[in-house]
Amino acid sequence: MVGRTWQRARGGIAAMAVAALAPPLHLAETGLYSDPASHRVDERNLHYSPQYPLWSDGAVKSRWIFLPAGTAIDASSPDLWDFPVGTKVWKEFVFGRRVETRYMEKVSREKWSVATYVWNEDETDAVRAPDEGIRNHVEIAPGKRHDIPGVSDCASCHEGEQVQVLGFSALQLSRDRDPGAPHAEPVTPDMVDLTTLVERNLLASHPPEWASHPPRIPATSPTERSALGYLHANCGSCHDRSTSLSSIGMLLRQPAAASDRPDPVRATAVRHTGKFQLPGDASEGSYRIEPGNPARSTVVFRMATRNPVRQMPPLGTKVVDQEGLDLIRRWISGMGGDPRLIAHEREKP
Amino acid sequence: MNFGPSRQVLLGLVVLSFTGPAASAAEPDRKPDRVARGEYLVKVMACNDCHTPWKMGKDGPEPDMSRMLSGHPETMPLPPPPRVAEGPWAIVVAASMTAWSGPWGVSYTRNLTPDPDTGIGKWTEQNFVDSIRNGKIMGKGRPLLPPMPWIMYRSLTDEDLKAMYAYLKTIPPLRNRVPEPLAPEDLQASSR
Repeated sequence: MVGRTWQRARGGIAAMAVAALAPPLHLAETGLYSDPASHRVDERNLHYSPQYPLWSDGAVKSRWIFLPAGTAIDASSPDLWDFPVGTKVWKEFVFGRRVETRYMEKVSREKWSVATYVWNEDETDAVRAPDEGIRNHVEIAPGKRHDIPGVSDCASCHEGEQVQVLGFSALQLSRDRDPGAPHAEPVTPDMVDLTTLVERNLLASHPPEWASHPPRIPATSPTERSALGYLHANCGSCHDRSTSLSSIGMLLRQPAAASDRPDPVRATAVRHTGKFQLPGDASEGSYRIEPGNPARSTVVFRMATRNPVRQMPPLGTKVVDQEGLDLIRRWISGMGGDPRLIAHEREKP
Repeated sequence: MNFGPSRQVLLGLVVLSFTGPAASAAEPDRKPDRVARGEYLVKVMACNDCHTPWKMGKDGPEPDMSRMLSGHPETMPLPPPPRVAEGPWAIVVAASMTAWSGPWGVSYTRNLTPDPDTGIGKWTEQNFVDSIRNGKIMGKGRPLLPPMPWIMYRSLTDEDLKAMYAYLKTIPPLRNRVPEPLAPEDLQASSR
């Protein structure tokens, strides 16, 4: 009897703990809007746009971040920003109309709470999606329907990594934006960038040179700069030495600060083989990137397919990004078979 | 009597909370108790039913334990699966129990031995746990395919998953490169 009572009490306490950790049921309760009816965003939420957007099947995306008053992001590790407890991040997806808004909140030193909110058709309300997500929610192209991610999908990109807020980083927010970045979004006056963050003291312990020299990917040509930026945003959040996939040995994330290390793409992808073999390739191993030959590069093959067991990225997209694919093909073709093209003679920032 | 919070509540906490730093890639804990617990779980959860190739023994089909948990044999290329008529009989299984064809395409059971190139030798404990929790290769890659019951196994505790990983790291490494799975569109292409 005592045991059952205790169990009930423990269950109640635990349920309260879950309720405290779980994000609100409605997007309007997360603090995004000052006036939910008119979708007016609260002025305390900072609007931003990464210079290399992640491809999301053509969704028009908007992003905001909230930092609690008096706090700052610790950038003492330039590539691994540490956000203050209470940070909130939103990303809105529009496919003709608002479809979903994803949300993250840092609830303790080591924990983020996440949710995605699904908009009704007349865009008057957005309700937290079920944990398993919603498959094939809305049509985004002939025969293709957008999935609202489930909790395990969110975890695939965000959980357990040191970098959990993807797209809000020194390189992505650099004022020295790449004019050749595929699907670059227009910058509006209300947006913050790295320089703004430094000026407003919202970054602590950052490299001092960021104030005068915002990060830029070193490259031998504008095409290479854009290609490396594209790989950074679309592949590098998983394919990086800081993630649980580091053992795969393909590193496509660009460092924000100058580094003595060799370029990660050249060191791990150009003329490097991986586990994946191109269909019909009888060689010892297909190159991830074969200079001068995009058709024999597994990176291109996997970008160009939406076969669910071969595609890259493996989730979050059902439509090939033709503009991004063309850029990567052009870059690899231009290597002319000489890997040194992306090697030693790097353009000075 | 269990005085702890229910497993459902614990799971709720797990799935709603994103932990910070990545787990260490250190060697698994090889404490005998933990490895023994992992061995027990791997056996009773029927991992060998699909991940160990079956052979015909004197008493009928049986798992070939000389190839324990090494997945579909690379030396056993298969023809396209037979077409199945519309209806309730939807799944075809190779005699080895390591290749399955169904509405999802064709799946080949993976090499779970610690071979570094063809098995899970380079996987971290976190990769293993994430694979089962998220239903994706290494937690981030392509989806795990039927008949892998990850949707049920994801309810395992972290401790049990880590014990299974610890045990799998102790079994003999067998070099066996399992074929990539096929999607339905691959089968349509091959039947043209």
